[in-house]
Amino acid sequence: MKKLRELYSCFFGIGVILFGGGLAMLPLLRREVVEKHHWVTEEEVLDIYAIGQCTPGIIAVNTATYIGHKEAGIVGSICATFGMISPSILIICLVASVLQNFIDLPVVQHALAGIRVAVCAMMLETVISTMRKGIVDKLGILLFLVSFVLACFTPVPLALIIVLAAGIGVIAKKREERK
Amino acid sequence: MVYLQLFIEFFKIGLFSVGGGMATLPFLVDLTTKYDWYTKAELSNMVAISQSTPGPIGVNMATYAGYNAAGISGAILATVALTVPALVIIVIIAKFMENFSENTVVKSAFYGIRPTVAALIGYAVWELLQITFLLTKNGKMQLDYLGILLCLVMFALMMVKPLKKLHPLCWIVAGAALGIVFQL
Repeated sequence: MKKLRELYSCFFGIGVILFGGGLAMLPLLRREVVEKHHWVTEEEVLDIYAIGQCTPGIIAVNTATYIGHKEAGIVGSICATFGMISPSILIICLVASVLQNFIDLPVVQHALAGIRVAVCAMMLETVISTMRKGIVDKLGILLFLVSFVLACFTPVPLALIIVLAAGIGVIAKKREERK
Repeated sequence: MVYLQLFIEFFKIGLFSVGGGMATLPFLVDLTTKYDWYTKAELSNMVAISQSTPGPIGVNMATYAGYNAAGISGAILATVALTVPALVIIVIIAKFMENFSENTVVKSAFYGIRPTVAALIGYAVWELLQITFLLTKNGKMQLDYLGILLCLVMFALMMVKPLKKLHPLCWIVAGAALGIVFQL
């Protein structure tokens, strides 16, 4: 019981001070689960983070789930996961309900319009950095273009595009090996 | 009914969004055409708030979407649904598979998935750009040139080395200030 409470509160704490998710989480994670709780070793943290990256879902949550499972089985993974998502639920519900009261003010409307412009700029930056990291060869360029066209101009479900891309990746690598 | 829909949709998002929080965005864009939980313009606000509050962005966006659809219980349900597929998959991996991330099949699947995730995020951004910069005034479609200019300036600044590390919150505050000053 004590272990479960520790798992919940440890990941709750990480969720409260984590900004941005993803890589920003690593130093926090190391400090909490390696140095403070000794649940995993320095090397294991990187392995677990890698697993979090290549399983579906949110990387930070996946990492919490894995560590929770390692420490206390399925119940542990549930506690760690809930710890990780609780701060988001509390904070977002609070912000959303406060914002609802002010959304009709002209100054808030102008501010939000400006924020949308900033979001567009940040998202453009995100697209470019994911392209840089994800596209490494000609097949990558082809997959990028075909997926983009399919997503923008056809009703093909996004999930199907992802599954197809995974299949193409596996087949392409198999062929490469045979050569 | 809305609860069941929320659960199914966010379960699907949790299952198929691979590669971090922003990978959920194209799916959130798609939801605007299926349900009236939020508009694309509201989605843009949700992205901004999710980026500037603590917690993983993907979780924050799901919570926000759930809140807009069905209040606090919707927020909890959407967030939990988002995490269920990963929970099941990870428990299986932890039990039965060693060196999962070094597995060759997993690696080659990701070789195909990564460019596609970039493309899907590109699609989501394309939708957000349209909703932000295409304005309808007196029934006519118009481009918001001032907005586009401001966006390009900010984007260019983000590419400058020392500014790259700036917290998203800084850009969001700057955007809010510009919006008020220029009466966007």
